Amino acid sequence: MSTTHLGMPAVRDDSHDTGLPTYSPAGQGNLRGATSFPKAAHEKLLDTQLRRNLGKATGIIRGKRAGVVAELDDWEELRLAGSAIKADVMARLPELLEQLEENVTARGGHVHWARDAAEANRIVADLVRATGADEVVKVKSMATQETGLNEALAEQGIAAWETDLAELIVQLGHDAPSHILVPAIHRNRSEIREIFLREMPNVDPALADDPRELAMAARAHLRRKFLTAKVAVSGANFAVADTGTLSVVESEGNGRMCLTLPDTLITLMGVEKLVPTWSDLEVFLQLLPRSSTGERMNPYTSTWTGVTPGDGPQEFHLVLLDNGRSAVLADEDGRAALHCIRCSACLNVCPVYERVGGHAYGSVYPGPIGAVLSPMLTGISGPDDPNASLPYASSLCGACFDACPVRIDIPNLLVQQRAASVESHPRPTAQDLALRAAAVAMSSPGRFAAAEKGLALGRLVAGRKGRISSLPWPLSHWTDSRDVPAPPAETARQWWARTGGNDDEQEGRA
Amino acid sequence: MATCLGDAMFPQAVKGTVKLLRRLGHEVVFPEGQTCCGQMHVNTGYLREAVPLVRHHVDVFEPVAHGEWDAVVAPSGSCTGCVRHQHAMVARRAGDEALAERAEAVAGRTYELSELLVDVLGVTDVGAYYPHRVTYHPTCHSLRMLRVADKPLQLLRAVRGLELVELPDAEVCCGFGGTFAVKNGETSTAMLADKMRNVLGTRAEVCTAGDSSCLMHIGGGLGRLRTGVRTVHLAEILASTEASQTPAAAGSAGGVRDEPAEAQR
Amino acid sequence: MSGAREEVLARLRAARDAGAPRGGVPPVPRDYHRSGSLEPGGREVLDLLVERVEDYRARVLCAGTDDEVAAAVARCLDEAGSRRFVVPADLEQGWRPRIGDRELVEEHPSAPLTVPELDALDAVVTGSSVAIALTGTIVLAGGAPGQGRRALTLVPDHHVCVVRAADVVETVPEALARLDPSVPLTFISGPSATSDIELDRVEGVHGPRRLDVVVVG
Ligand code: SF4
Repeated sequence: MSTTHLGMPAVRDDSHDTGLPTYSPAGQGNLRGATSFPKAAHEKLLDTQLRRNLGKATGIIRGKRAGVVAELDDWEELRLAGSAIKADVMARLPELLEQLEENVTARGGHVHWARDAAEANRIVADLVRATGADEVVKVKSMATQETGLNEALAEQGIAAWETDLAELIVQLGHDAPSHILVPAIHRNRSEIREIFLREMPNVDPALADDPRELAMAARAHLRRKFLTAKVAVSGANFAVADTGTLSVVESEGNGRMCLTLPDTLITLMGVEKLVPTWSDLEVFLQLLPRSSTGERMNPYTSTWTGVTPGDGPQEFHLVLLDNGRSAVLADEDGRAALHCIRCSACLNVCPVYERVGGHAYGSVYPGPIGAVLSPMLTGISGPDDPNASLPYASSLCGACFDACPVRIDIPNLLVQQRAASVESHPRPTAQDLALRAAAVAMSSPGRFAAAEKGLALGRLVAGRKGRISSLPWPLSHWTDSRDVPAPPAETARQWWARTGGNDDEQEGRA
Repeated sequence: MATCLGDAMFPQAVKGTVKLLRRLGHEVVFPEGQTCCGQMHVNTGYLREAVPLVRHHVDVFEPVAHGEWDAVVAPSGSCTGCVRHQHAMVARRAGDEALAERAEAVAGRTYELSELLVDVLGVTDVGAYYPHRVTYHPTCHSLRMLRVADKPLQLLRAVRGLELVELPDAEVCCGFGGTFAVKNGETSTAMLADKMRNVLGTRAEVCTAGDSSCLMHIGGGLGRLRTGVRTVHLAEILASTEASQTPAAAGSAGGVRDEPAEAQR
Repeated sequence: MSGAREEVLARLRAARDAGAPRGGVPPVPRDYHRSGSLEPGGREVLDLLVERVEDYRARVLCAGTDDEVAAAVARCLDEAGSRRFVVPADLEQGWRPRIGDRELVEEHPSAPLTVPELDALDAVVTGSSVAIALTGTIVLAGGAPGQGRRALTLVPDHHVCVVRAADVVETVPEALARLDPSVPLTFISGPSATSDIELDRVEGVHGPRRLDVVVVG
């Protein structure tokens, strides 16, 4: 994947956690892009086709979500329960993981632990090799995107077949996913048709760009793979600690194919994807589909517990992945980011995501949650770390919080990660100096009033137009597209001092 | 609470608030020690640097917590939001629990203008007159941090002479976002373009909102393109009466004036 | 390998304590509807189920007696042109359509069909464990009477599923309370579908492209 940036030093600054252990080395894998967000956004904003594709797709899904959420009169209560269940999971995570391990093992499954992405990939590759297979079918999984599993398997001579339609489009297009739920959301039907014509062997050259025809081409392309695959790799949407049950939520049936037909199933899952009890799923199976695809229920949800004789894979491996998550857990506010159930609602409502798309974020986790989770998982190494720019990729409009089914206060986490970004500076930057000076000026009324006098200068710049159209850098980023009003002749403070608030005239500013 | 932006750049919103509240029979004081709530620092990640600003704000406005004043009002959803939802967090993060508690006491009596009018004072018809075609942009922080919901619309509907037109996709952010507008200027502009398209589609002559900052952004874009649509703070509209509808007062822009300044004389 | 286990758990324990919320973790508020207002198996809940399943563009037929079920199943098979069909050996005898010119294959747990054999069949007829009216969902439990193993309801392209009225509940929590998680479960809400191309919904991808539901009672 072109956005990988493995060698980047990512030192977690633990200086204000004195006396506490270092929780985790930073996560590795596809969690960091090569350029800062504003630079990447610059390119993406110019791509008019991308803008059109994203605007259309996110608009449709926002509408669907709003419709099915409005149907439930207990939606808020479900969100509150979901949020509280996840908070409880975080407070008991190690115990619950041990309970999960015990139950999976008791039912004939094998549990593996991976400290980081490389270790997870190694475990999976070894397990595949042990079966003698040289290919695997895959269910869409963010965890395997995070670790870069496909590339790691390829290095071992193992071919990984993505079977989710959107993942297939991304894989065939030698592209990177740009959305958690619909990884090819940046592509339109005619682009997808071109990819299929170019990359699918035996495809009908008369293939039209109708979504049904394209879906049927994917069906034909993958069917033989499903029916012959010996090994499948999946992610998991939920794992139930008290029963050892795993769950995959999907639409196309590719998940069922992978979870059912092969002899061996390997599931890679982030350690946070737990719920304590079977009945807790009653909350999440309502929150997730309505928030993600905007349906009352997704077409297929599969649950399985270990190995069932005579039904499905007779060998089951569960790989539990840390890769920076323990560091996130150690942050009292930040651990809320681990509550995420990857529904993608926050992406779909985000006005920034809608305009730049997922690739601008660099990480496999884009959008509002990606803008906090990615730097939390990797740590921020300094002002030039691309992930240092992610928390600023938001106007803090708050639409993400309203949409989030587990009530993650993403705006607050963005602010906290901005602080982490600022605190990662080894030396003060120009911005640091400017804001520190402003803080000094603004914490005293005398100094503040004096600073306001400097605004008179602005009136000179504005001249007789009453408007400023061009300012020096960095304020040129403002005046590139917006005028600035000339400062008024009299500030509110001066007006009050002069009139005691009794004066209605003197409205002129010239 | 005049807010630093209101004080320095948009005194009309502050004056409008004062005039309106006095007209409704309330006593208004302007604590001269006030400076800035620290929102820019907080939202840019300078949480440590924001601590003195929070402390100063609490020092200046603490009389409200002791019942000396009944309420603190600001003609800004985002500044009110910062006081109510971030001041205590900033103090706690710095380990100053005492400051956090004082900040919470002040925050508990701090209101955005439409909240004060509708919830605290119980008025929706403030006796205003504003004969213009107006569209209202609900700013994100008033909408989603403070949940003012349709209170500003209730107030606007009661204004005589005012023709209120609904703004399509009103709840989508205008792209301001404080330092976002500078740090991610291009994305901010792309968001602004859509907001302007919707504003222009309403054929309104005035776009109003409860935050001078967002209006500065929207007005800056509308002005740059010479669209002939002006931005006016909600407080100014609510402060207007038949008596104040002189040509100059009616055109006092909250964002950027389109007319050359001398035309205002 | 066990080194990784111990290390990850140690990190998580340290992190659990370091990031513990100052106020503790509040109890989980469960003020959402844990049961519906509609009587399980009652007329209203059945009507809701039919409406919601049809919303997914699945076909729903209602039957009162076993004979009517058999007739409805036959109609579903005929309309889809499904001639060769498979049933789990323990499927209710009364629900099976008259053979006629159709070909019936019974699968016994002791003699499972191979994947190519399953792929050569046109349809599968099964029962179900629970249905959720509010979401139009039918749940199959692997190995439960009349439901077979998972592959059976996956590989054939046409699934005819019989739902007993007594198994229909209104809400998701009521359904989960009736299910045993130790067996593999499949929650089915309409035929397979994708919205991966411009968010345009296309029904019928890898799972059965046609789903017919027969509600009894
Ligand atoms: S943060 Fe919330 S809204 Fe965003 S993907 Fe995660 S669960 Fe969904």
